[in-house]
Amino acid sequence: MLSSVTTQAVARVPHRGLSPLRRREAILGYLFISPWVLGFLFFTLGPFLASMYLSLTDYTILRAGEWVGLKNYIRAFTREPLFWTSLYNTAWYVVFVVPTRIVLGFLLALLLNTKVRGLAAWRTFFYMPTVTPIVATTILWLFLLNPNFGMINYALSLLGIEPLPWLTSPTWSKPALFLMSLWWVGGNMVIFLAGLQGIPQHLYEAAELDGANAWHRLIHVTIPMMTPTIFFNLIMNIIGTFQVFTQAFIMTGGGPLNSTRFYMLYLYDHAFRFFEMGYASALAWVLFVIIMIFTLLTLRSSERWVFYGH
Amino acid sequence: MSTISAPRTRAGILGKTWRRRIGNTLAYITLTALSLLFLIPLAWLFLTSLMTLKQATSFPPEWIPNPVQFDNYIKALKFWNFARSFRNTAIVTSAVMIGELLSCTLVAYGFARLRFPGRNFLFIVLMSTMMLPGVVTMVPLYILFSKIQWVNTFLPLTVPAFFGGAFYIFLLRQFFMTIPEELIDAARIDGAGELNIWARIMLPLSGPAIIVVAIFSFQGAWNDFMGPLIYLNNEKLHTMALSLHMFRGLPGQGSIINQMMAATVMMVLPMLIVFAVFQRYFIQGVTLTGLKG
Repeated sequence: MLSSVTTQAVARVPHRGLSPLRRREAILGYLFISPWVLGFLFFTLGPFLASMYLSLTDYTILRAGEWVGLKNYIRAFTREPLFWTSLYNTAWYVVFVVPTRIVLGFLLALLLNTKVRGLAAWRTFFYMPTVTPIVATTILWLFLLNPNFGMINYALSLLGIEPLPWLTSPTWSKPALFLMSLWWVGGNMVIFLAGLQGIPQHLYEAAELDGANAWHRLIHVTIPMMTPTIFFNLIMNIIGTFQVFTQAFIMTGGGPLNSTRFYMLYLYDHAFRFFEMGYASALAWVLFVIIMIFTLLTLRSSERWVFYGH
Repeated sequence: MSTISAPRTRAGILGKTWRRRIGNTLAYITLTALSLLFLIPLAWLFLTSLMTLKQATSFPPEWIPNPVQFDNYIKALKFWNFARSFRNTAIVTSAVMIGELLSCTLVAYGFARLRFPGRNFLFIVLMSTMMLPGVVTMVPLYILFSKIQWVNTFLPLTVPAFFGGAFYIFLLRQFFMTIPEELIDAARIDGAGELNIWARIMLPLSGPAIIVVAIFSFQGAWNDFMGPLIYLNNEKLHTMALSLHMFRGLPGQGSIINQMMAATVMMVLPMLIVFAVFQRYFIQGVTLTGLKG
């Protein structure tokens, strides 16, 4: 009797996998992570699936949607010139802002990594615009870019350049936003700087012994060692700039002549001005797929240029 | 960085010192010039907020406020009801910070220190949500919150904070993993429950990580524009970000740039003070984000 109980108990442990103590720990574990699990289901996974479904309906806030198949997507691609305009504007912004911000952030980090004194102070100056609320930054830049009394035209006038109409001209509105985006170079810089400080000093010493000059050290030590960080910044900047919204929304509202109507502004109008939730969900999915493609392309190409290892 | 100096070759001692000296001087000149590009606009913001309208819009721009007009701040607070917006922003920000600190430390403790089936899988799911652009969930979330009558309340901005945020959970989990297992085991042997361990051991030992999460949480809520824009139509509930946007759009108001700048300063200043006080933690936090890859 006694022995059969013992063998049963012994036999049960490997079968069930969890001892009572372990089971208690598991239950507690699930309880501890339950806030995130619920949040994930209700605020991430649920809405994610819902938006896929909504994009195939003509849902508006007033009436439940009917299934329309791919109609919303076809509408965007074939009947909405503004869709293509907004896509073009966004592509323009991404193409100019991302590489410039990566290169400038990298150069700035290199400069700060040359054992300059007062590193913390310099880093603070460059990082300050990144913590400044974007709405405040936008209002400030609105006045910096003012064609009549703005600081930027004043600076140009000191260089003998005629005042530019910036935000009131379709030619200059995108360059104005590009200029403004460079003000946020500090975020990339801080990450690059941390990466640079993590490169083992002995690599440089070895290179120097081999007679490598500063340029060679940059090309053969610094840049290869920095590729994982460059890769990370690249992906984050791509995801961020594709969703550019606030500065254009406040400064120009998409104008003049739709020259700053970025994709998110176009989507916002359809979702929250016209309440075409179905169409807006389709637009969201198009952007999501575009961002995923670019992320995957970067990931793929990274196998060729990102160097991991010590 | 390192104390070991690079071995010098015979040929290059003099040339090298000189080159280093010139290089250093060039570095300082470039850094000064560049930092001015970043500091002048912020300085101009503060100075303009104290000017008369005439002086603020003069060309070429003037620098020193004369006379100093503190009145801009009082007018902005009163006529624009900016005091109310400030209070609303403070309410939302505090709620978000409490929610995120509470939920993220609990969840991070679960992931870091408790063993349960599927833990690694769930953690990978959590990490992958960090890459998900907010745009795909925005529309259904709005529908959800409007169905339960939460539009025009603070709830859509604050309640999700109580359900954790992937990045903060990740950050805290990494930190919790560095706390010695023996401490926790000893507490367990003494009969302490997991909640007790979380409150009495984990939280007190995780000061730096908690500060990083707190300031990022503050920054996120204080600076948020899209959330209030979508969910708060009622003027009484407007946060500062939204009020600034509204004033700018009002005909006549948007051109009172000295008051506009005063309002902007009131929004920027608390953020910059938090940054100045905790800047070491800001840099640490950003660094952690970048180096996990």
